[in-house]
Amino acid sequence: MTPPQRERRAPQPGTEQDPGRLYVITGGTDGTQRAPLDLVALIVARSEAPPTAAPEQTALLKLCKRPLSVAEISAYLGLPFSVVTVLVTELLAADLVESRAPVVRSALPERSLLEAVMHGLQKL
Amino acid sequence: MDFKNSDTIVGPRAEDTLPDTATTAVKIVIVGGFGVGKTTMVGSVSEIRPLTTEETMTQAGIGVDDNYGSETKTATTVAMDFGRISITDELVLYLFGTPGQERFWFLWNGLFEGALGAVVLVDTRRLEVSFDVMGRLEERGVPFVVAINDFPDAPRYPMDELRTALDLPPDVPMIKCDARRRASSRDVLMTLTRYLHSLTMSPA
Repeated sequence: MTPPQRERRAPQPGTEQDPGRLYVITGGTDGTQRAPLDLVALIVARSEAPPTAAPEQTALLKLCKRPLSVAEISAYLGLPFSVVTVLVTELLAADLVESRAPVVRSALPERSLLEAVMHGLQKL
Repeated sequence: MDFKNSDTIVGPRAEDTLPDTATTAVKIVIVGGFGVGKTTMVGSVSEIRPLTTEETMTQAGIGVDDNYGSETKTATTVAMDFGRISITDELVLYLFGTPGQERFWFLWNGLFEGALGAVVLVDTRRLEVSFDVMGRLEERGVPFVVAINDFPDAPRYPMDELRTALDLPPDVPMIKCDARRRASSRDVLMTLTRYLHSLTMSPA
């Protein structure tokens, strides 16, 4: 029996997004700029929720006493990823959380980073 | 939007929290057709029970911002399972199992653009299901390895025959695996990381 046959494709210039956009942009002049948060940006609460905070914000701040990725926040709160990015953006603007941006593949990831990942996987 | 009261939110168990020293996260995407074993692979190597992040899109998949308040369009929920491996006290690796259909990828910012690389999980009973996703990754310049999930009743092709069928360049690694086994899934991730490492050594 012969398996079905595929045909290789060439890289399309322009389909690769500018990795710069994955970093969190805060401090828009009107404070409403939506940060293009990555799924694995690590969010950490900087303070307790103020009494005026919305229930979703309070819950998020409670969850993020330790660093937690945006994806995990979405899973634990049971809210869509896009909703969580809006909540996090509001909290970033209010200085209630900080975001630790992920390492992205700009051209290629750093060799030392990959070596650390290999070493970590070996220990599994 | 339904929201559970904050008192009822179940957060991570104490053993599932990251240390305060965690500063950097990286991600690897596991992609493949429905039922090919993506979630199984995520679960077998993850240090946390796999979690699910969801996104809602309309059937058209465009103009998401315009659809609030519109009753006429059908909303579809797309889910993605993921897991986590702590590499060091500072570095965390996340694994995302994602549907093969590219039209869903834009739902999550930088799903592939920000990933170190991808694992294409293949079931030899439905080899052609993986063709499109491999082409999409090639077009986007996302480095990937191919993992053949060894289902007991799947046709066994020799690896060189599979490489020819998948039209893979000789330097792209292919590996057989059993996604249910932690060691086997770990080897797939090691193969990808080694391959990415080799790409940093070779001239562009």
